[in-house]
Amino acid sequence: MSLKVWIVTGAFIGGLAMPVLAAAGQDAVLALYKTQAIADDSAFAGFSADRGKAFYASSSTGGSPDTPSCSSCHTASPLKAGMTRAGKAIEPMAVSVSPARFTDAAKTEKWFGRNCKTVLGRACSVQEKGDFITYLNGL
Amino acid sequence: MRPIFAAVLLMMTSQQALAYRVPPVADKVTQTECGACHMVYPAALLPARSWDALTSGLANHFGEDAALEQTVVDGIKAYLMSNAGDVAGDGRGLIRGVPQDQTPLRISELPMFTRIHGNFSPKTMKKIGVAGNCSFCHKAAAKGMFDDD
Repeated sequence: MSLKVWIVTGAFIGGLAMPVLAAAGQDAVLALYKTQAIADDSAFAGFSADRGKAFYASSSTGGSPDTPSCSSCHTASPLKAGMTRAGKAIEPMAVSVSPARFTDAAKTEKWFGRNCKTVLGRACSVQEKGDFITYLNGL
Repeated sequence: MRPIFAAVLLMMTSQQALAYRVPPVADKVTQTECGACHMVYPAALLPARSWDALTSGLANHFGEDAALEQTVVDGIKAYLMSNAGDVAGDGRGLIRGVPQDQTPLRISELPMFTRIHGNFSPKTMKKIGVAGNCSFCHKAAAKGMFDDD
């Protein structure tokens, strides 16, 4: 095979491998939440993208009146860029558009910690976190 | 002096008068953490007591939970307070005229800020979005350059 073919083949395999690597990152964070969920509830039946979708779109009166929903800042479509109340752009939440989402457990916890309190006025459950990531990971 | 030189000199001085320069935030953690949600406002834009109050109340930061680990908060607080307008700066600029017994929390509510900016029409304000969106007009605001551009 010529060098050119090798390079093209290599680039193709590399391109295929990238989404797999990204998924591995989300899988690691999801596995952490799964372990916690099982520890909290032995009858844990898995995370659900549908529940995550409903959670994302839902409105709450428990938190800040300026931000009743995830969509207040992240827009109704997780595929689109959002904006903070202070005017800064937020990269889309969907993993297909922003592959680095939910690959860092500490960062994921930090933002769940802040935003669940701001939007819901309480911490999110492990089930809610796992459902949310499952939904955004599949978009 | 020939009129042309006088005119150029006048232009230069008036341009300087319209340029407001403060050091941009140099601390990496402050840049990252504050910049996660909004423009990294230079420390000189508020007095130290304001930065003290803001960094002490991050769990309710203008209605948002912006909490951070205490060690991270301590570092940010130390940086902002030691570079505040009344500590590192000369107390002039945007913090001029802030009464000593007051602790402003919003840069946009400083007496000098409102004096300079006046009142925008609701239409203009809608375009700008929020008062903290400095770079809408001041393109190099993040670098501490608030020119009249």
